[in-house]
Amino acid sequence: MVGILEDKDRIFTNLYGLHDWGLEGAKARGCWNATREMLQQGPEWIVDNIKASGLRGRGGAGFSTGLKWSFMPKEVGARPHYLVVNADESEPGTCKDREILRHDPHLLIEGCLIASFAMRAHACYIYLRGEYVREREVLEEAVKQAYEAKLIGKNNIHGWDFDLYVHHGAGAYICGEETALLESLEGKKGQPRLKPPFPAGAGLYGCPTTVNNVESIAVAGTILRRGADWFAGIGRANNTGTKLMCISGHVNKPCNVEEAMSIPLRQLLEEHCGGVRGGWGNLKAIIPGGSSVPMIPAEQCETALMDFDSLRELRSGLGTAAVIVMDKSTDLVRAIARLSYFYKHESCGQCTPCREGTGWMWRVMDRMARGDAEMKEIDILLDVASQVEGHTICALGDAAAWPIQGLFRHFRPEIEARIASYRSGRPHVQGHSIAAE
Amino acid sequence: MSVRRLSPQQPDAFSFSADTLERANWWIAKYPPERKPSAVIPILWLVQKQEGWVSEPAMRAIADLLGMPKIRVLEVATFYTMFQLEPVGSAALIQVCGTTPCMLRGSEALLELCKAEIGPKDKLSADGLFTWQEVECLGACANAPMAQINDYYYEDLTPESLKAIIDAFRKGETPAPGSAIDRKSSEPVDGPLTLTDPSLYDGSRAAPISLPNVKAPAE
Ligand SMILES: Cc1cc2nc3c(=O)[nH]c(=O)nc-3n(C[C@H](O)[C@H](O)[C@H](O)COP(=O)(O)O)c2cc1C
Ligand code: SF4
Ligand code: FES
Repeated sequence: MVGILEDKDRIFTNLYGLHDWGLEGAKARGCWNATREMLQQGPEWIVDNIKASGLRGRGGAGFSTGLKWSFMPKEVGARPHYLVVNADESEPGTCKDREILRHDPHLLIEGCLIASFAMRAHACYIYLRGEYVREREVLEEAVKQAYEAKLIGKNNIHGWDFDLYVHHGAGAYICGEETALLESLEGKKGQPRLKPPFPAGAGLYGCPTTVNNVESIAVAGTILRRGADWFAGIGRANNTGTKLMCISGHVNKPCNVEEAMSIPLRQLLEEHCGGVRGGWGNLKAIIPGGSSVPMIPAEQCETALMDFDSLRELRSGLGTAAVIVMDKSTDLVRAIARLSYFYKHESCGQCTPCREGTGWMWRVMDRMARGDAEMKEIDILLDVASQVEGHTICALGDAAAWPIQGLFRHFRPEIEARIASYRSGRPHVQGHSIAAE
Repeated sequence: MSVRRLSPQQPDAFSFSADTLERANWWIAKYPPERKPSAVIPILWLVQKQEGWVSEPAMRAIADLLGMPKIRVLEVATFYTMFQLEPVGSAALIQVCGTTPCMLRGSEALLELCKAEIGPKDKLSADGLFTWQEVECLGACANAPMAQINDYYYEDLTPESLKAIIDAFRKGETPAPGSAIDRKSSEPVDGPLTLTDPSLYDGSRAAPISLPNVKAPAE
């Protein structure tokens, strides 16, 4: 066996698409088993069990899923309730929801029914990123199968009228932010809304809405089938369950894998990914949770666990569990400068610190990658990053600042050396570039 | 932010094909009747499938169809980067992912190859067959580097395999999407190390179960 989790405890048993993704195959693997009995226990039972399982949102922020569901009004008033599933998956490094959408779509559909029932919603939209064309084709087909088998729809065998609609975007990372996603679903530009009001009060079309990540919803059925204690027994307290992890970059065998939460990062890479390219000693740094979290240097990778608390202690984060591995051949400044370009490109433009700050930070990072910068610009850059962080409508501002802060926290001397060597090769013209930004 | 503007060259008119209109109505039916504008992105996409790009007359037609102000459609078409605002290559639109995880595994060589094979980025090639662009993370990073070509993903690319794919498109073929190496999807390159237990697939999990944590028997 490799890793920690045993096959019998894996939820996504068709992760690699080696088996039938259709209804027959999914049922043979246990999907849709006892779903009716779950609904018969009532909404509170579902919410309580999801709470007890310790499941935390898989979309990046890690908020308790059961608790989030409990924020929806207990009675349906004049406005209908909605579940909206976030399948916008665009955080660099992250490629897990894609595998659920195209290889195990029935786990997601079953989860949508269960979660919608628990929140008294009769309709759910799944918002896919526009580029996932193949994934959308498969999901639409799976939804059709579920309707035809009367698993969902009006007068279905589960006794809760439920409509499921697949929607898609058109290439904007910001639409992964839940309120931008709702704007987009309403047919507008994807610009995040000010909160409050929170979606549970006024979300899609002004109605009570909960937005959850694909993985958060797709695990619900299996958690209820196997029991909250089963899920809670995997990983560590406050960091429970199984988690899809996406490993990219400089490992011998990049892959997606479902593992136990809290698996040591080193074990994950060595046992599942054939190790770091050139051996563990060749490791430089890792971004452990998708592009938005700060990197950690090799020494810290030694002891880091893949969970919320361990990575937070290292001033990074689990994020989406998208592990981006960089070996010693990596030019870290260029690697992060490319992320700065990403955030500049993806800013929706409505807050000044983000719109101006992301562009400014990218231009400076781009020069620093060459060494073409003044020493004192490092502090100016960090100051700008800290002024963007926490001063914007949505967390994209923070996400743009953190990778830069992580880089300088651990590798500042290297960048200083680069600037010094670039400078020593040229006549020094005081302040030639600072003013130009 | 990426600043995107309408092309100065616009056709005089646009009309929905019967097929596009049928699909558009299928989309509109997904939303509450008073929420038709929700269908704007899917319909812009259908129009792009029909025409290859989205023109200003098409945006007007969509606004009429959905009963929304034209400026709102224009706003959406310029905000979302998947909408092509001028004609693209007739054989292939090649969108190479350039974000860090792909960069770490060699996307820069792919970008170079595209430049050499096709010409400058974001411009229709001289023969009208290709347009190539650098795009942001496409959510397939465990199969990096990769590119989206027309609708589908081509993964685990090298300059050599991408060149072969471009050559095939040039000949009017449509090479099979997916991994360019011997890989089914995102499993480790020499085969899965997990999900090998046959009991997951023998149907035993479909056997009737009683739910755990049920307090009182369901009445
Ligand atoms: C800029 C930005 C992009 C985001 N992108 C995604 C995404 O692609 N998928 C996702 O599930 N959540 C994304 N999120 C988080 C969502 O706002 C939201 O927290 C999440 O969908 C909630 O689901 P969960 O509780 O199940 O994790 C993003 C957040 C921000 C600020
Ligand atoms: S922080 Fe950036 S992306 Fe988020 S709302 Fe403000 S401008 Fe838009
Ligand atoms: S960085 Fe290229 S697919 Fe994610």
